[in-house]
Amino acid sequence: MAERERRKTPPYGGVFVARTRVMDGDDVHRALWRMAHEVLERNQGADDVALVGLQTGGVPLARRLAGNLEQIAGDVPPVGTLDVALHRDDIGVRPVLPEEVTDIPFDVDGRTIVLVDDVLFTGRTIRAALDALHHYGRPRAVQLAVMIDRGHRELPIRPDYVGKNLPTRRDEAVDVHDDGVDLGEMLK
Amino acid sequence: MSALVIKGGRVLDASGERVADVVIDDGRIAAVGADLSAPDVIDAGGCVVAPGLVDLHTHLRQPGREEAETIESGSRAAALGGFTCVVAMPNTEPAIDCAAVVREVLALGRVSSCDVRASAAITVGRAGERLTGMAELAGLGVRLFTDDGNGVQDDRLMRRAMEYSSGLGVVLAQHCENEALSAGGHMHEGEWSSRLGIPGQPAESEELMVMRDIALARLTGATIHFQHLSTAGSIAMVRAAKAGGLPVSAEATTHHFTLTHAECASYDPVFKVNPPLRTAADVAAVKAGLGDGALDAIATDHAPHEPERKELPFDEAPPGMLGLETALALALTELDAPLAQVLALLSWQPAAIAGVAAEHGGDLAVGRPANLCVIDTSATWTVDPARLASRARNTPYAGRTLTGRVRHTLLRGEPVVLDGEPTR
Amino acid sequence: MTATRLHRHILSVADLGRDGLEELLKLTDTFVEVSARAIPKAPALRGKTVVSLFYEDSTRTRLSFETAAKRLSADTMTFSVSSSSVKKGESVRDTVETIEAMGIDALVVRHGSAGVPLRVAGWVHDRVSVINAGDGWHEHPTQALLDCYTIRQHRGGLEGMRIAIVGDVKHSRVARSDVLAYTALGAEVVLVAPPTLLPPSLEGWPVTVSHDLDGVLGSVDVVGLLRMQTERTTEALIPSLREYTAGYGLTRARLDRLDDKVLVMHPGPMNRGVEISADAATSDRAVILDQVRNGVAVRMAVLYLLLGTGALS
Repeated sequence: MAERERRKTPPYGGVFVARTRVMDGDDVHRALWRMAHEVLERNQGADDVALVGLQTGGVPLARRLAGNLEQIAGDVPPVGTLDVALHRDDIGVRPVLPEEVTDIPFDVDGRTIVLVDDVLFTGRTIRAALDALHHYGRPRAVQLAVMIDRGHRELPIRPDYVGKNLPTRRDEAVDVHDDGVDLGEMLK
Repeated sequence: MSALVIKGGRVLDASGERVADVVIDDGRIAAVGADLSAPDVIDAGGCVVAPGLVDLHTHLRQPGREEAETIESGSRAAALGGFTCVVAMPNTEPAIDCAAVVREVLALGRVSSCDVRASAAITVGRAGERLTGMAELAGLGVRLFTDDGNGVQDDRLMRRAMEYSSGLGVVLAQHCENEALSAGGHMHEGEWSSRLGIPGQPAESEELMVMRDIALARLTGATIHFQHLSTAGSIAMVRAAKAGGLPVSAEATTHHFTLTHAECASYDPVFKVNPPLRTAADVAAVKAGLGDGALDAIATDHAPHEPERKELPFDEAPPGMLGLETALALALTELDAPLAQVLALLSWQPAAIAGVAAEHGGDLAVGRPANLCVIDTSATWTVDPARLASRARNTPYAGRTLTGRVRHTLLRGEPVVLDGEPTR
Repeated sequence: MTATRLHRHILSVADLGRDGLEELLKLTDTFVEVSARAIPKAPALRGKTVVSLFYEDSTRTRLSFETAAKRLSADTMTFSVSSSSVKKGESVRDTVETIEAMGIDALVVRHGSAGVPLRVAGWVHDRVSVINAGDGWHEHPTQALLDCYTIRQHRGGLEGMRIAIVGDVKHSRVARSDVLAYTALGAEVVLVAPPTLLPPSLEGWPVTVSHDLDGVLGSVDVVGLLRMQTERTTEALIPSLREYTAGYGLTRARLDRLDDKVLVMHPGPMNRGVEISADAATSDRAVILDQVRNGVAVRMAVLYLLLGTGALS
């Protein structure tokens, strides 16, 4: 799950304490350029591509990625946002409140959807996102872009575009923000 | 039965207070004085020995609703509360409105834990249409007539009842409620009923009937006793009527000086009662009336109901609360009054209204029937509905800690309560 | 360990307070979006069972709750108590305990007597949430929420709004809940009714009162009309429906004098021609169908908040 969401959720709430800077702002910037090129290469352009940022950490990354695609290919791809709270498999186990309203202002049918998130961890958020997405229609394909893949998958989900692979311990936390990426711990 | 002595207590009755032992023989007081002895000893150390309490207003539910209470269980509750005499209200099923039902109630009362006097209805079936055979019923010992549960609505019929009864040496008692105004109301009409969305009945529904009956008392010269007065306006009218020399008397219940309509916010029908719990100003007026003589007696309006009926929605549940086992302690805890005044309101003054003063509530004097109670005025206890002797559980005081407890009660010389436990 | 939830029951607007109301209104945005999807359904309450326990007929409220529950993938059951089977004598408590024993998660309770949902909440055990779907003259919290949401949707918020609640306030659970919710969210409320249709006491109500609808209409942002029960004439509360309409109905003439921005609301079912004219009910200012639409989303938010946000231990 996104660290940011986790941080705001009462029983898991706490303060993120950074220990190591693993990417700085320039690193994130370069990674997003590279990922934009990879998206174009993989899909032979951006004609039928739409981006969907996962609330809340994936949304700014999706917007930046869309900006990069526009600069390279000329057209800005449609960008939507998705809150997967209602589709999570841990509803009723812990408090989950939607952070933001989902907004997918385009037709999903037949498009290639690139889901964008900040951190890929167990894969459960992505499973929930796939579930939610099909309520909007039937995409031609769904791809996954993440800034950090920290391992520890619990489901058969793999990313198509990765900013950085970062080996972590389960009890560590990763924070992706505008100025870079930090590895650290959540203090309760 | 051998003689017994109540040792070590302070005797308190209408003539005053003194340290004395009381010897009882053959159901009567045989001696009152220092250092007396007898074969059986009942300890009254640190306690007050007083005439038994008299309740002008008890619903014993028999015949008809024995699931809620019987004369046996209700009289046991009375004895535990220090009462040696209760006046059973006539709203049984069938109503106490004829000789047969009066005889049945009196017969059951004879073997119970307190002296049960039957009141009888003013009108047949309490229907407010025809007068009961008051003379015949008075001949069986009925001293108090009331349609309690309802007031007599018809002005002319009430006038006739007052005129007719005035020659019989009995008392007419009124449940004051103008039903045209109260109809459909389930609590006091005001701030809380408005907020809670529960239909209310205004204070004026009680006050209109008090006003009418005072006028009829003036017209007929008959005596009238006002039951369970609950509003400041009612009490002020009675006070004025008394000052004007009219032969009126009045009672108030324990709940009307201890609880307000705010309790209904729980929607728990245990707080539903008729007349309803009123405002804090009314509570203060009841206390003031008990203090200055506008009110003559504290009554319980003990009204048992089966638990399932008190679990109905507020507006469907029957009104009424238990009172016998908590009345004395509530008066001692909540009224800022000397013990002698509390006992006057609970014993000798109601005894006089009920016409039982020859046996109950009188001074502890040699030769008098030994109906008395021994009160530990400093004992504290917590009301636990499960431990009440009543068959019902609808006390609004669950969990409340009270000061003052009845230790022993003696009925015609026999201990019916010893050390807080019933013997029958 | 006893699980305590963010919210256990929804019984009264008073329990929610401003924060709770705002939380629910914000959450409702999410469910308005869900309702607009091609497949307007989310799996959030899969495996949960929501039971409607209706002691009073109210098809629209029951359908709204059931639609909300189904859109969240909950299972729904209805225990509709026709007046005949009530007479057979099973007590509310016995019914509640029986239904609870089947293993349910929420009880949506409608009863003609004030306070029943509150009592039911005291009887159920830990895992069951109770939602008040209208109790006597007391409250109808989800109606107040959908009214607030509808005003917020059209006017951006309630802060500083001046809202007239017109009609039979005395017998209205909607009015009681609306007054609490509107004022908690910063609106100013004026009750407009003949004195016989106002509660006997307004002590503690943060409202003003008027008996002059025409005098009020020029200064309000929202006109909320209440249903006028025709039997009020037999209780001598009003002389006739005609006289009521003349004084307090939103007639064509009054509608014409309203500013364009003023919202006209009604909780339904309407008595057209009594409290609201047909013109007013179908005018551009009427947001009555928005209220119904938002009702589903609001009830999704309520169900989700109670059942979907998990246990805090």
